[in-house]
This record gives sequence, C-alpha cells and structure tokens, in this order.
Amino acid sequence: MSTGKTLPIADLPQDDPRVKQLNVKMKKEGYKPDALIEILHNAQNSYGHLPLNVLQYISKALKLPPSRVFGTVSFYHFFSMKSKGEHTCLVCTGTACYVKGAQKLLDSIEGKFGLKQGQVSEDGKLGVQAARCIGACGLAPAAIVDDEVQAKVIADELIAKLTSKLEAHEQN
Amino acid sequence: MNRTDFKNIIQAEKTKEQNAHTKNKILVCCGAGCISSGSEDVLKKLQEEIKNRGLEDVEVIPTGCMGPCNQGPLVKFNPGNTVYQKVDCSNIGEVVKSQIVDKQPLEDMLLFAESREKPFVNANEDPYYKKQMKIALKDCGDLHPEKIEDYLLSDGYAALDKALFEMNPEDVIAEIKQSRLRGRGGAGYPSGLKWETVYRYVNDQKYVICNGDEGDPGAFMDRSVLEGNPHRVLEGMAIAGYAIGANKGFAYIRGEYPLAIKRFELAIRQAKKMGVLGTKILGTDFSFDVEVRIGAGAFVCGEETALIASIEGKRGTPRPRPPYPAESGLWGKPTLINNVETLASIAPIILKGGEWYSEIGTPKSAGTKVFALAGKINHAGLIEVPMGTSLREIVFDIGGGIQGGGQFKAAQTGGPSGGCIPAEYLDVKMDYDELTKLGSIMGSGGLIVMDETSDMVDVARFFMEFCVDESCGKCVPCRVGTKMMHDLLQKVCEKKATQLDIERLEELAVYVKECSLCGLGGSAPNPLLSTLRHFRHEYDERVQAERKSSNLVNQKQNV
Repeated sequence: MSTGKTLPIADLPQDDPRVKQLNVKMKKEGYKPDALIEILHNAQNSYGHLPLNVLQYISKALKLPPSRVFGTVSFYHFFSMKSKGEHTCLVCTGTACYVKGAQKLLDSIEGKFGLKQGQVSEDGKLGVQAARCIGACGLAPAAIVDDEVQAKVIADELIAKLTSKLEAHEQN
Repeated sequence: MNRTDFKNIIQAEKTKEQNAHTKNKILVCCGAGCISSGSEDVLKKLQEEIKNRGLEDVEVIPTGCMGPCNQGPLVKFNPGNTVYQKVDCSNIGEVVKSQIVDKQPLEDMLLFAESREKPFVNANEDPYYKKQMKIALKDCGDLHPEKIEDYLLSDGYAALDKALFEMNPEDVIAEIKQSRLRGRGGAGYPSGLKWETVYRYVNDQKYVICNGDEGDPGAFMDRSVLEGNPHRVLEGMAIAGYAIGANKGFAYIRGEYPLAIKRFELAIRQAKKMGVLGTKILGTDFSFDVEVRIGAGAFVCGEETALIASIEGKRGTPRPRPPYPAESGLWGKPTLINNVETLASIAPIILKGGEWYSEIGTPKSAGTKVFALAGKINHAGLIEVPMGTSLREIVFDIGGGIQGGGQFKAAQTGGPSGGCIPAEYLDVKMDYDELTKLGSIMGSGGLIVMDETSDMVDVARFFMEFCVDESCGKCVPCRVGTKMMHDLLQKVCEKKATQLDIERLEELAVYVKECSLCGLGGSAPNPLLSTLRHFRHEYDERVQAERKSSNLVNQKQNV
C-alpha cells in the first residue's frame, strides 16, 4: 500500500461542500488513525449523522479497516448512523432530572407523538432522544429542543413547544 | 515574550483598570444554567438599558457560574456585591433604575428574597456564601471568562511565573505534596504522589491530560469551572507540565459541553498569544502546548486508561493496570491524568503555599470540594466548601432545605459509583474517608437530594440501568453482571421478587465488585449495596408483599 501519495478513490461527490470540509479536516489531521474521533465529529456536524458511505470513505482515507471505524461509531453515544430528525427533542435523564420526573416528560411525548426515546417520526420531522446528563442539574428537569436548552420543563409546555415547532415547519 | 514584557503587560492592565472611568460593574451570570434561563437576553437588554440611560461609568460583563443556578438568571452589581435573582428582560430596567440611578436596592428581587426575612444587600453576608470557601471556583462568576486580561488582573498566570522562575520541578512537586491535595475526580489519590511518579520516569516525551469527561449524571462542577474560568485550568496544566517534564497536554472535554469547549479553545489561543503557553514560555526553555479533544459520550471514558484509548481515536475500553498511565499512558509514554477541579486548585497552592492549603479541611482530606447540589433542594447549584463540612450544613444552611417543605430522606453522592446517605447520618463530615465508611464515595461532587417521594429501590434500578448501558462490554463480570442485577432489581420494583432474589443480588454484587476490570464495574454495585444497607426495609416490603399475596392465593385454593 502506498503511503499518503494520492487521495483515496472518491465514492462521494467531491463537489459536495460537506465532502470538501471532511477532506480538509482529514488532511489537517494528516490522515492519522489517531484522529478518527475528531474526524467523525466533523463529519457528523456537517451531515447531521454518519451515513454508511461516509464511514466507508473515512475508512479508506485513513487506511483503517471498516470494522474499526464502525466499532468506534457504534461505541460512542454521541455518534449516530441514523438521521436524528429535522426537529429534535432531547430529554435529560440524569439523576437530578430523574428525581424530578424526566420519565413523565418521556411518557407524555410518547402519549402525544407515539415516539419512544431513540425514535424518529415516519416523516422524519421529529426525533426524540434521551441524554445521560446535560449538566443543567440545577434546573431539572431539563430538555433540549433544537439546540435550545429548556429549564424546569413542564410536560404540557414541552408538548406545546414541540407541536408549535412542527406546525411552523408545515407552514414553511 | 519574556518575563519583563509579561510583567509590563500586567502593570499596564492594572493602570488601565485604576484609571478606568467605569467604576461600576454589572456582572451577568452566563453559566450554562443561567443561559438556559435566558441570561443572554438579559445581557443584551441590560446593555441597551445602560446605553439608553447614558450611564457611562457602568460596565456590563458576562461571567461564569455564580452558584445558585435555581435562582437564575443572576445579575451582580459591583462594588457592593449586590445580587439580584430571577432577572428577566421585563424587570431589568427597574433593577437598574433602583440600584444605579436611585441607589436604593430593590429588596423584593435580591438573592433569596423569598426565603430570607431580610435579604442581604451584600450577598457575601448571606449564609449561602458565608459558609462557602472558594478556591477552585475563585473568580468563577467574577470575571469575563473570554478575556485573558481579566484573569491576569486576578493574579492570573502568576503561579506559572513563580513556578518557572523561582522553583525547580522538584520544588513544585514538594509543594503539591505538602498541600495534601487529593484527586478531585473521585478516587482521591494524592496528587503530589502521582506527579512525583510521572516525574521519576525518564522519557523524552511525556503528556499531561486534563480529564473533563464529566460523565456522572447529576454533576456539573467541571463544566462550570471550564466555562467560568478556563485559564485557571490551563495554568494548572502548564504548571503540571513543567513539574513532570511534559511539553504537551490534552484536555478531554465532553461533547455535551459545547460552551466549555469553545471557551477553553479560546483560552488556549489567548494564552499562546500572551506567551504563557506554546514555545519558550515567558522566555524560558520550557515549552508546553495544549490541544482539546472532544469526548463522544461514553461514561467509561472517565476511567483513565479508557480515556487514553479514546484520545488515541479508539473505542474507549479500559485495559488492565499496571502498567499505570504514569509509566505507560498515551501512546505508551508516561502520562499524568488529573481532573479539572484538581488542576484548578494548583495555581492557588503554588501562590499561597502547600502549607496554607493543607490547613483547610480535615487531616486526611485537605482543602475544599466543589459540590453540584441538585434534586429536591431549594438552592440547587454549585457550591464549594471546606472538606469536613457536615451534610446538614450543606443541605440546610447552604442548600436552603428541601423543596416544597418535604422531609429529607437521603443524599446521593458519587453518582452510579456511589451511594446514598440517609437522614440519620446528616451530621457526617463530608470527606473521602467518612463517606467511604458509610458505603458511599466522595465521587466527583454530584450531590442529589431526595425527599420522601423517592423510591430507593427504583433509585438503585435507575443507576444499574445506567451501568448496563454504559458498560463497555470488555469484561464479563461487568457486562453480564450489571444486566443480571438490573433484571433482578426490576423484578423487585415490580414486586415479583422473592427473598432468594435479594440474596442473589447481594451475591452478584460481590462478584461484580471484585472481578471487574475497571472502576466502572468495580463500583457499579455500590448504589445497590448502599440502598440495601440503609433502606433494606424498602426491599423487604416488596418481597413480603409478594409472599403475602401468594399465601392469599394458596388460602383461596385451599378453601
């Protein structure tokens, strides 16, 4: 195997800005296997999740067995190979939130939208996730709706917020 | 930049500060807690308000965490240390008018106005702050975390300067040893000893790692330190690098803490520009560079060998020790791993001396400890107290008692590796050894208060579920044992268990504890064992309930 002379054979469209960004990151890290996690963070940031062909592309570029890349992705909670949904609701289930009723929030979401944690609605509009702890324990129970932290969440308000997000989405 | 230039810069900043026309400072807490309560909007509105009123002698500064997150957004007026709580865009105008224009504090909105007979105009006189002692959290909540100048004005990088020019590495290590500082990540290993071990290994390449993978649910100390005063941690890392002979450091920060990552990366850039990080620091031969590594959400990565694997880009699975990272760590090189809070305590120890630090706290646990108070407690938030402060003082004097006037049932420390402290031990002196005696651990500092509505069997099940999910799967006792224990606990919760199941649980707990490869498995049974020890009746009630009902069935059949 030649070492780093040519770029790996492209099976992703090279004019895609996300691919360009990924290439820049991999080059910056010198195609070192050590930088795998950093590169995966970068890819997930631009793609929203980690599609299989992107993983194959990274595995070729870093000259790592696909099993090693897949093994790393599946190990860490932060990485996801499935799309997380256009709108996301992440409910914190850390200890403080647990004590203050995080389960009630998840139950009411399931009641309203029929989605359990880790599931995405069929139309891909809403994804529900649970986090181990987002570190906002002083304001438990907490949730993150589309990157915005919600403090001292009340189930009905959360449902209303999600519903309005989805409705606004449809109007657009 | 050499030492003289550096001193000149500090002098220039001091002069600038003295001559500044902005004598009044309004500090807006922009810690993660207050931000989610809307403090960034308050900050903007406040800046507009000041401008509209033409108050030219007022400076508005966003700061790190001030402590009582539950009362946020918090706004502090200096000089005078007057803190207002639950400030929002609608009432900030009124606050500015009373406090600055009329010079008459608005009592209804002062910190803890609802629970104090007469709230304190100077917040430092409130028992909440009076009982605390801030060393690791010093400046956190008082300075702009994104400005290195603010840190310099508060003796920033003075400890690094002192270490580089007045001490040799042996002196630095001796100072840390004398301070009797113990690792704040949870295990409590003497930091000086750890430094000395790494120092003794001869190698051309050594590393310093800052462990900011705060995976323990219910803990947010490291987050607040990294967000509120990133330079302090960076300075601690550089001093550690000088002491052990490392020229490279890594800060491993949770991916769930984007603000901490952003501020720490900014701090690195500023420090390099200032010449207190990078090559030939302050003109000496010592070079030290720091890189941030972002965690990807795995609790086990808080374990040092797993964390090293993760920095190397691999699955975060631990490996057997020895060899310890001190001998063979990152890429096989001698590596020093310290927790964020430990590193944040280094600079004051160097400046004020190890003896000063060792006199705080208890004989075996010196210094102060940061706790993250959460759960059913009135003043949830971040506190720092001397070691040996009683749980009662923490929960009632500082924490303001139980929310909704409930009864204190237990405090949980150490997260999934720790245990519960029941009401009869409220007077326990919080230090490493006392907590271990009670079957809990100090842990990283998460302290969750529970009232009588909390079901202790379910608490044990909750933590076991966490361990099942977070077990890396490498060793059988942890992978299978935690799952078995979880299923048995589930059975107890559903009132389907028998006395035999409880015995099985106790037996399994010992096996998992003794046979697991790393600390995750080794401590996974702790919440179970501790609830069994202090709340056994809650287990028995469910088992007996089951037996009674089955007897009832038998009786009916006999009839």
